[in-house]
Amino acid sequence: MKLVPLEIDGQAIEVPEGSTILDAARELGVDTPTLCWASTLTPVNVCRVCVVELEGARTLVPSCARQVEPGMKVLTDSERVRTSRKVVLELLSSSVDTSTAPTLRAFAARYGATPGRFGPVAPPAGLNERDAARAGHHHSSDGACAESVHQPRKVDNQLYIRDYGKCITCYKCVEACGTDAQNTFAIAVAGRGFEARISTEYNVPLPDSACVYCGNCINVCPTGALMFKSEADLRDAGNWREADQTTTRTICPYCGVGCTLELTVQDNRIVRVMSPPEVSVTQGNLCVKGRFGVTYVHGNEPAGE
Amino acid sequence: MEDTDVVVFWGSNAREAHPIFFHHAMKGIRAGARCFVVDPRRTGTAEWAEGHLPLRVGTDIELAHTLAREIIHAGLVHEAFVQNATEGFEAFRAHVEPWTLARGEEVTGVPAARIRQLAHALGTAERAQICWTLGITEHHNGVDNVLSLINLALLRGHVGRQGSGLNPLRGQNNVQGGGDMGALPHKLPGFQDVENDAARARYDALWGCKVPPKKGWHLTEMFEAMRAEALKSLLIIGENPAQSEADAGHIRKLLTTRDILVVSDIFMTRTAEIADVVFPASASWVESDGTVTNSERRVQRCRKALDPPGEARDDIWILAELSRRLGRDWGHPTPRELWEEMRSLSPLHGGMSWERLSEGEGIQWPCPTEGHPGSVVLHDRLWAQPRQGRAAPFSCTVGEGPVDELTPEYPMRLTTGRRLDEFNTGVQTGQYANPMRRRETVELCPADLAAMGVADGDTVRVTSRRASVLAMARADERLSPGLAFMTYHDPDDIDTNLLTIEATDPKAGTAEFKATAIRVEPLGAHGHPPDQHAPHA
Repeated sequence: MKLVPLEIDGQAIEVPEGSTILDAARELGVDTPTLCWASTLTPVNVCRVCVVELEGARTLVPSCARQVEPGMKVLTDSERVRTSRKVVLELLSSSVDTSTAPTLRAFAARYGATPGRFGPVAPPAGLNERDAARAGHHHSSDGACAESVHQPRKVDNQLYIRDYGKCITCYKCVEACGTDAQNTFAIAVAGRGFEARISTEYNVPLPDSACVYCGNCINVCPTGALMFKSEADLRDAGNWREADQTTTRTICPYCGVGCTLELTVQDNRIVRVMSPPEVSVTQGNLCVKGRFGVTYVHGNEPAGE
Repeated sequence: MEDTDVVVFWGSNAREAHPIFFHHAMKGIRAGARCFVVDPRRTGTAEWAEGHLPLRVGTDIELAHTLAREIIHAGLVHEAFVQNATEGFEAFRAHVEPWTLARGEEVTGVPAARIRQLAHALGTAERAQICWTLGITEHHNGVDNVLSLINLALLRGHVGRQGSGLNPLRGQNNVQGGGDMGALPHKLPGFQDVENDAARARYDALWGCKVPPKKGWHLTEMFEAMRAEALKSLLIIGENPAQSEADAGHIRKLLTTRDILVVSDIFMTRTAEIADVVFPASASWVESDGTVTNSERRVQRCRKALDPPGEARDDIWILAELSRRLGRDWGHPTPRELWEEMRSLSPLHGGMSWERLSEGEGIQWPCPTEGHPGSVVLHDRLWAQPRQGRAAPFSCTVGEGPVDELTPEYPMRLTTGRRLDEFNTGVQTGQYANPMRRRETVELCPADLAAMGVADGDTVRVTSRRASVLAMARADERLSPGLAFMTYHDPDDIDTNLLTIEATDPKAGTAEFKATAIRVEPLGAHGHPPDQHAPHA
């Protein structure tokens, strides 16, 4: 394997050809923030929090996607990088409900983001109001308040909820539903600019869409916008108690593929089922049976209306 | 699957039945692998295929022979591999010689051009994966079906190398592990022959008892023995034969007339309802520790995450207590102690310490020593020069067609299968808040419906030589004329297995769930029949 020499923050390193700047930085122990990147997904370069300064490049480059080249000189913590990350995190934090996005909040704290400087947050949109927006309909803010995506959550089935007031449009769910894993294509990005949002075809409810409830979108969602309904209900009731929860890895009881399930258990009940991305069999994915169909151990839970 | 050139799904709807395996196949397909699907139905899997071969139900052997002849006549046989690794090729060549493309098309119903296309894809590929599921095995000649697929792999050496192989996709999470552990009538743990005195002696010595020296009965033979009153008492663990077996009405009669029927299960299934004694068991995969083995021979750790409800007990505890009360005290061994004992007896598992299994994501057998990494590829010995072990034989199989013949009285072919969101008799999947759940229907192609004067959504009676059930008819353009499809996911409502035939493979004992002769009659009504769900006793 051919090795590529480069320099990161003044430190020389050689990494295999095809590696990204992010790979190289992590090899050196440089903690680079990411939101839209995942080991199992193709980089889409949309969140911009992983940007770094590359000598000779006009703009900052996304480290998660940019492949290393011989002789590159990279700065991961320059004033320009820090400012850029700070503004990105301020824009996200001012417009999105980050209450279930601890990672994003930690990044915001690290870079001294002050989202409040854009003014008070705009009032939430009505249910499906943002989904009705058409191209060219966007009215620029008058600056009196910070634009936001706050809106009521969508609850159209008993398995998982979509709370797009928490969505940073990182695209991970679209990728997991599409070519990177599930190949179902039930969701895509609709709209442009600030109206960009994740949507089913024609914004139909999930039961009328192509969704097969694999929940692979939930597995990659970094902000809790997509969440097990069991988790959302417990949170609503103020009864989501992480200190009282256990996390256990076991094997799915259904077909012979042998998918690893990571079970979150509270009060002797399975409240969430995730799939670890580093396991070769599953790579972060499950089907509807492994994701939701395992609660039979708690007895009958008939489908809601 | 990611490193292959051709993927064949034969009698497998992996897109629905093995969704995460299909993810791996999709990675291969997106990287350029060609995909072919052999299935009477144009399934969700077939939608991703370059070629779909919609064969008539039960003509798999004839199709395989036609493919083999075309590979041979096109000069695409891997001569060096065949010479080094196989035996019986000349007899096989002569055996398949009559199977011209034209004859293959006539018998299987698959257009000759599509057969040729698949033959040449297999014949020219460096690496190919042939995957199958119950579409191959749930026939009265399922073993011969499998042997016929093995013939195809041997012609081009599509076995024993990374990216090549024969893959039976296991339908349940520990079907492989059950076999590994000796839950077979003729094998001890580790696939050692129970009738081999030397092998058995090692088990006798460790267990301090005499293992019966003759092989036992498989499931089908057990039902035969019940009929002959040679088997009068029965312990059923985690199985629902009253609903899952073919010709279920007949099976229920046999079960209800035992001297004693004991069922150990996590739910009060229909089988448990007719038992004399029921042991409430825990759900092994989440209420106790242990292992399962997946389709790629990977032994994986299951871990306890929940306390079982009420008086439910672990399977091991139940068996140990039963044994104690029958006069032999095993104590109460832990899963780990049992595993360590098992691997001391099974060379395949010898290197799999409990620690190794617990640390990583499992190990693929064979793994003879603790320094051994496990085996990703099986049968690589066939590529060794000189070959190691015995030659892989070609098999001169003969297609017989389904036992349940089509006649003017029963003119249609019913085949059964699984849907994405459901599992077998629905004991488990009937209990989650599934938005995709729908009542069972009988699916037919639009042309057949029109010919019968049945509209999409009408109620019909489906009758086989064994029974009748009522169901709503649904038009499905993915079916060929003469073919009907049902599942048995909700037998309390629509009891599909009353229709199926208990004709079984003499070697494997698997019943012909895939091929039932039926007739479909309109009832002059629309919609679903009255809901048959009755409360459990």
